[in-house]
Amino acid sequence: MGARADARAPGRSGQASRYNSGITMARTLFEKIWDTHVVATPSGRSPILYIDLHLVHEVTSPQAFDGLRAAGRKVRQPGRTVATVDHNVPTEPRGTPITDLIAAKQISALQANCKEFGIRLFDIDSPEQGIVHVIGPELGFTQPGMTIVCGDSHTSTHGALGSLAFGIGTSEVEHVLATQCLSQNTPKTMKIEVRGRLAEGVTAKDLALGIIGQIGTDGATGYVIEYAGPVVRGLSMEGRMTLCNMSIEAGARAGMVAPDETTINYVKGRRFAPKGAEGDTAVAHWRSLPSDEGAVFDKVVEIDAAQLCPFVTWGTNPGMVAPITGRVPEIGRMEESERRAAELALQYMGLEPGKRIQDIDIDRVFIGSCTNSRIEDLRAAARVAKGHRVNSKVRAMVVPGSQAVKRVAEQEGLDRIFRDAGFEWRESGCSMCLGMNPDILQPGERCASTSNRNFEGRQGRGGRTHLVSPMMAAAAAIEGHFTDIRNWEFH
Amino acid sequence: MKPFTVHRGRVAPLDRVNVDTDQIIPKQFLKRIEKTGFGEFLFYDWRFGGDGKKNPDFVLHEPRYAGATILVAGKNFGCGSSREHAVWVLTDFGFRAVVSSSFADIFANNSTKNGFLTVKLTEDGLATVMKRAQEIDDYELTVDLEKGEVRDAQGFGARFPIDEFVRHCLLNGLDDIGLTLQYESDIAAYEKQHPAPPKIS
Repeated sequence: MGARADARAPGRSGQASRYNSGITMARTLFEKIWDTHVVATPSGRSPILYIDLHLVHEVTSPQAFDGLRAAGRKVRQPGRTVATVDHNVPTEPRGTPITDLIAAKQISALQANCKEFGIRLFDIDSPEQGIVHVIGPELGFTQPGMTIVCGDSHTSTHGALGSLAFGIGTSEVEHVLATQCLSQNTPKTMKIEVRGRLAEGVTAKDLALGIIGQIGTDGATGYVIEYAGPVVRGLSMEGRMTLCNMSIEAGARAGMVAPDETTINYVKGRRFAPKGAEGDTAVAHWRSLPSDEGAVFDKVVEIDAAQLCPFVTWGTNPGMVAPITGRVPEIGRMEESERRAAELALQYMGLEPGKRIQDIDIDRVFIGSCTNSRIEDLRAAARVAKGHRVNSKVRAMVVPGSQAVKRVAEQEGLDRIFRDAGFEWRESGCSMCLGMNPDILQPGERCASTSNRNFEGRQGRGGRTHLVSPMMAAAAAIEGHFTDIRNWEFH
Repeated sequence: MKPFTVHRGRVAPLDRVNVDTDQIIPKQFLKRIEKTGFGEFLFYDWRFGGDGKKNPDFVLHEPRYAGATILVAGKNFGCGSSREHAVWVLTDFGFRAVVSSSFADIFANNSTKNGFLTVKLTEDGLATVMKRAQEIDDYELTVDLEKGEVRDAQGFGARFPIDEFVRHCLLNGLDDIGLTLQYESDIAAYEKQHPAPPKIS
């Protein structure tokens, strides 16, 4: 630890920090990326960090562009800035007029700002439009070793590719637009090592929920998490994105997975990924990024995959989770400090302590969001839905993460499977994850959702959200209540 | 940015943990493209019923907390989304600081850009302030950024941690974009070595 603390002393350049007493110091993935992006370390203040890629969307950017105009500043690097509309776009067929005039104004503000400042926009009618955290990796913008920011907390998703990616507020959006840099305090590092193997029916979403259930919604506040171990290595890129996406729900600044062959194969050939000789150089760099043997983390958490199962949240934050085979917790058995929050949560959720999770009836199902709307998520849900019918009391919708995901799903016939089963098949966007568009829950409605937050009112005022994996959501749609996917009859 | 030096004001207690940004300002109010005028939407779903009528039981509607400028709340305040609207709505409502035992990173970061102070106390310190705000009429705190401490007239006093540079910016109301641009030549040198990918724009 001494060597590590030394490496972070202010005023040292990234280069100097690699050495300690003449011996090359083992560094983490995070430290390697951080060190190479420090532009300056002004005395007495936080390092200035260079940002490789800035993703912009309609909700958190208009005030930042106004700030630029007011100060007479321009966008320093339009070539490192990419925009799309996702948060409040309707998921009705494209071309349907946007009836929410304030939302329409926000979308047109982004269009005007991108035009004025020379930023590439994947607009509502673009074949590349989608949730910003889906299209970044999909188009090859997101690459290992990069620093990536966006005015959205789920920017942590991009860490799945071995980048350092974190959410920022609007003032920092303005800061990056103007300077391509951020003044940032060095976060602490946490390694979450996942041992064993995931059982059939237990997904990256369950791993994420299991971790948050264990460490709590503030368990990683102040940390950047690196997910490691055989289970993480065995995850697909989609699974890694789901896992990193939920890092913020444990309070983490970012979540990362070291790049490996899975990563390289995913990025290769994508539209904006480096190609030819440039690509070879990039790949060689990416292979040098994984944490060195003996690199020291500020904290290490071990997770045994054998303890994981399909999870369902019962409360109003993502740490309030129960196994599908479990029950809504008995408040009396909780620690005093947790009791009041749990009481309020159960009151809001309309649940009694001791109720079996599998006996909770649902009204709505949402399959989508930057957590679980990629092609693999839709394939998993379709596999469950195939040959079944959505329960007559349930309204279920599938919202692909991007137009590209939608196209692939349609080529594979997944849309037919969903429609035949009675699911709505919609256009891409954030949709009911946060209900900024017309897709919302009505008061009292209970939803099985593949999204990331079960906060009060998140999906609509008075709406009750239970977070689950795509397979669990599809199964709940069919049964009308939660059910253990491990016993599912696949057709 | 409005400088923050020393502020004394009435304290309103919000005795809940994990107050997330969706509670601080629900999403339907994020569509505005301005930075001001958000105040009326603060804790909207708690302050108002589904019919838009005021919930008289909500703490901020109790007459004795009218005009409060300091909020005290349970741990992990501001968790959830990165929406800076959560800070704008608090400042627009009239709050200058929030006291808790922990804050979500992005919320705390956003606060520093808006002259709004996140005052971090120990669990015990928080419990004391929460109890006094609930029990003592016209309970006030003094948040003294110059000294890095918070105190009341009843004998409570505690230092709170704050990054030295952030403190400097808050005390002087500095624009940190301007501060970064003082390193323009370093940024330019970095960019010379790391040119932007040509394909995006």
